[in-house]
Amino acid sequence: MINASWLLIAIPLASAAILLLAGKRSNSWGHWLGVLASAASFAVGAGALLEMLGKDASERVVDVHLFDWISAGSLQVDAGLRIDPLSLTFVMLVTFVGTLIHIYSVAYMEHDTDRRRFFAYLNLFVASMLILVLANSYLLLFVGWEGVGLASYLLIGFWNHNPNYATAAKKAFVMNRVADVGMIIALGLIFALFGSLSFDKVLPQASALVAGNEGMMNLIGLMLLVAACGKSAQFPLQAWLGDAMAGPTPVSALIHAATMVTAGVYLIVRSGAIFNVAPTALLVVAIVGAITLLFGAIVGCAKDDIKKALAASTMSQIGYMMLAAGLGPIGYAFAIFHLLTHGFFKAGMFLGAGSVMHGMNDDVNMRNFGALNKAMKITWITFGLGWLAILGVPPFSGFWSKDKIIESAFATNHGEGWQPWVFGLVALIGAGLAAFYMSRLFFMTFHGKARWSTEESSELPTRHPHESPALMVWPMIILAVGSALLGLFLSLGNRFTTWLAPVTGELEHHDPVLSVPVIMGATLVLVFLGAFLAWRQYGAAPVPTEPPVGSLLTQAARADLYQDQFNEAAFMRPGQYATRALVYADKKAVDGSVTGLAGLIGSLGIGIQKLHNGYIRSYAAMMLAGLLIVLIVAFVIWN
Amino acid sequence: MLDSLPMLTILAVVPLIGAIVLWSLPAAKSAVAPKVALGFAGLELVLLVLTFMAFDRGNAGEFQLTEQFSWIPQIGASYALGVNGLSLLLIALAIVLVPLVVLAAWKEQGVGTAVGERAAVAANRLRLYLALVMVLTTFMVLIFAARDVFLFHVVFEAMLIPVYFMIGSFGNGARRRYAAIKFLLFSLVGGLIMLVAVFGLYFQGPRGEEGFLIDNLTNVVADPTLEKWLFIGFFIAFAIKAPMFPVHTWLPDTAQHAPAGTSVLLVGVLDKIGTYGMLVLCLPLFPNASTWAAPVIIVLAVISIIYGGLLAIGQRDLMRLIAYTSVSHFGFIVLGIFTFSSAGITGSSFYMINHGLSTGLLFLVAGFLFLRSRDGSSQLIAEYGGMQRVTPVLAGVFFVAGLAALSMPGLSTFISEITVLIATFEANKWAGAFAATGVVLAALYVLLTYQKIFTGPKVEELSDKPDLNAREKWVVAPLLALMLILGFVPNIALNYLEAPSETSVSVLEGAH
Repeated sequence: MINASWLLIAIPLASAAILLLAGKRSNSWGHWLGVLASAASFAVGAGALLEMLGKDASERVVDVHLFDWISAGSLQVDAGLRIDPLSLTFVMLVTFVGTLIHIYSVAYMEHDTDRRRFFAYLNLFVASMLILVLANSYLLLFVGWEGVGLASYLLIGFWNHNPNYATAAKKAFVMNRVADVGMIIALGLIFALFGSLSFDKVLPQASALVAGNEGMMNLIGLMLLVAACGKSAQFPLQAWLGDAMAGPTPVSALIHAATMVTAGVYLIVRSGAIFNVAPTALLVVAIVGAITLLFGAIVGCAKDDIKKALAASTMSQIGYMMLAAGLGPIGYAFAIFHLLTHGFFKAGMFLGAGSVMHGMNDDVNMRNFGALNKAMKITWITFGLGWLAILGVPPFSGFWSKDKIIESAFATNHGEGWQPWVFGLVALIGAGLAAFYMSRLFFMTFHGKARWSTEESSELPTRHPHESPALMVWPMIILAVGSALLGLFLSLGNRFTTWLAPVTGELEHHDPVLSVPVIMGATLVLVFLGAFLAWRQYGAAPVPTEPPVGSLLTQAARADLYQDQFNEAAFMRPGQYATRALVYADKKAVDGSVTGLAGLIGSLGIGIQKLHNGYIRSYAAMMLAGLLIVLIVAFVIWN
Repeated sequence: MLDSLPMLTILAVVPLIGAIVLWSLPAAKSAVAPKVALGFAGLELVLLVLTFMAFDRGNAGEFQLTEQFSWIPQIGASYALGVNGLSLLLIALAIVLVPLVVLAAWKEQGVGTAVGERAAVAANRLRLYLALVMVLTTFMVLIFAARDVFLFHVVFEAMLIPVYFMIGSFGNGARRRYAAIKFLLFSLVGGLIMLVAVFGLYFQGPRGEEGFLIDNLTNVVADPTLEKWLFIGFFIAFAIKAPMFPVHTWLPDTAQHAPAGTSVLLVGVLDKIGTYGMLVLCLPLFPNASTWAAPVIIVLAVISIIYGGLLAIGQRDLMRLIAYTSVSHFGFIVLGIFTFSSAGITGSSFYMINHGLSTGLLFLVAGFLFLRSRDGSSQLIAEYGGMQRVTPVLAGVFFVAGLAALSMPGLSTFISEITVLIATFEANKWAGAFAATGVVLAALYVLLTYQKIFTGPKVEELSDKPDLNAREKWVVAPLLALMLILGFVPNIALNYLEAPSETSVSVLEGAH
């Protein structure tokens, strides 16, 4: 199956093309074709995984050559796939969760007239994401990187007849393009330094080439980080993710929680060989992760929109992954481990949020929810498992992955001094905050008093919550099982970290500055404290339907810590002024002087005064004059 | 058998015959003119295929299918033609675009909408317009095939005539005459400066009956100062044509007032003469001066990229917007050429082809959009809204054309732009970094425009406008297909472009 792994990409890509070209004709079957394509891709991936598991660990990095792609002088690039434990992990995550979300969407999008177009975009996303993780060169990776950005744009703006949604889509794309500048610079620098862009030439050379190129290595690392910040909504390029919730909820689950937003983490881990010799860049990765971790957690505590609260949580959890990746070889595998478990429980919770919206007239305001545990039992239980997983309550998935990151942060190999303490404490506090905001979300939605009523006469909004259809419920159940068990399953005998070792290197062990039981105990205490506080405020006490004004911090968090205001003041408005000024200057100054000069030369050279009066005769005269000059000069030369 | 035929001359003459046929058609029979034009354009496509068969791809770096006759022996001018991989692909670009322009022009000149007497007038106008398109095709073939500096210059000047009339007589808007004059003025001034340099160069060469052959003038200037002056003479003409900042200002006016099809050929093909000239004339004729001027030119190219992008964002007229995007794109092409690396020059060569396809598509689909405005011709972006719900296919095509403009992977423009950018870093890291910011501007000018025209609530008066019809779909389909194919397997084209680029680099290196 490894040799046929191009099918992983080709199948969903072909399906997307068929759906887009067939248009309305595929209305009746288009969604099932989309599901089938994703499932087929999963089957191919599973086959490749089984084949890989049969290989010896030393033979688990396979490059599959597809065709000669770009042949441009000194730049020669093949299109090929790198099949290794890292890429296969992503393949399984993307196709498995992806297929579940495709199935869910069949029901979720049932009443949308453009459902087949939705599935075309989903398939396009799956294909692009697989290109991203399977590429055997930075350039092909960039193809997938842009492809997922496009799919994200199309899906955020799927309902772009709403101007706000159209703006949200554009915002996401443009911010990602800012990050792409980092990617392009990284591509250029890598090519200039290594003379190649393919992993098998670049990565093994990194440690040999570092002597004398330390600054360049760090620069490449930082530029890759810029790219990662955009895709993974990391500070300071995080502002698009909240708005991206404008997309239909399955999109939020697949793209903006489980897979695409984690691409930045993938990029860092994939480039581990470069970061290992770029300590400054690696440190900045950890710092960015730590900042984003707190940023997202703080914002998440104040959001009343269930999807935006989940989005803030995603940001914060990816902050954990970035932090882990920024710790270097002791953290790479845990970053990917958390990425995997997070993919399950966060996708599950987003699908749960979609199920709640489905039953609540597409309302997203949690202040209008409450006591939904009775009306939507399965949604409640599956969401609950995801909630326990993200909290890191043993033995659920998140415990195994997040706890390892916190431990590693306390043991950072960035040397002695402040770093293990700062990164460790941030990770620890983040766990407490996550417990608070996720519990707040869970209790506000499913517990407490209902802030809705089935009675028309009631003052409360009229709602008729009901459990979602089977096509939506089953994916949620499967993801919930994963949320519960996946972490434990992959932790047994260090299964997962051993599996990744051919890519991330053997796990280095550093002793944390605090003992492991102390860290684990402190984490659990903070988690229970966070959950308890949330219960007291949002479970036991009544939740006002109008948000209280709150402290300055609450207000700031509600406004996303003023990220949009900052971007508008710092970039958007100056940009608009500059553009307007340039339009004016181009017309008056540049055009005026150049046209004037040209007119002058023209009239001097050809002796025609009527240049501006627009008579065709004057033009003809000019042509004649020009020709005459040619002939005269020719005559002179000949003599 | 094909080897023995003067394929390039045949390619040049057939459209000329087409033009004569169209001209000599009686006005009353104008209705058949589009079919006649399409027939000749189709015949030209067949001849193009034959030309490709006669061309040896393994030697794409050499000029092939050469023809040479003494033309004005008294001054040393020859009728000398020949193509390498790059010239051949540029000729192919022109010949592929022409039938699409013919098809698109069907309605452009008012045919089908006007009735009675005015319908006859419209049909007659269309006949004359198509004749000009045919004449222009002849010149487009000749300019990319010319292997004689004098011949190149004569064609360079002569092709202004049909374009002038296509804008001035068949354009739109009250200021179309002004736009036509401005176009002519800029081009003539450039041509004049070049003419001086052409003769200056001639005196440095061997003179004699073949004194203008490019091959006889390659790297002949001994005096470095003179070489610099001659280089500047050629370069200014090409920079105007390309167009580069700060001599770009004729293009927005021209594109605003020219018929969409004319803009396709003007920006898609004719502007490439500028960058082609830099590559095929400036570099081999003045290698040392090229190296000398490169730092300044790289700065101008980077300015063009950013300046063009910013100005595109600020435009209200869609045609002006597309014109400014081209200023930005030509910045990339020039940048790649003056990296003097095989990767950069190959990237720029491919960029020339791709830009012709993508901008051609953008102009054409913009033209289709204008037919659906309230007055049937409005180019103002603010006129439209929510068109994705009204004309989904048109919206989709526009979106893909926009994606091509912002170099989305999967479309051929990505390959050329990223190749140029990557190559630039080897030559000059700062230039690469600044040029890379152009991708953000591209995202803005494409997506802002798409958002304003196609998303949001529908504009009531436009809500019953029809989507693309079959003819219009046939116009856009070949361009979409070409961009996708070349986007996935770019080597189809790169195999023609790589060798000429390596030749260019070796000429430069040989001069040092």
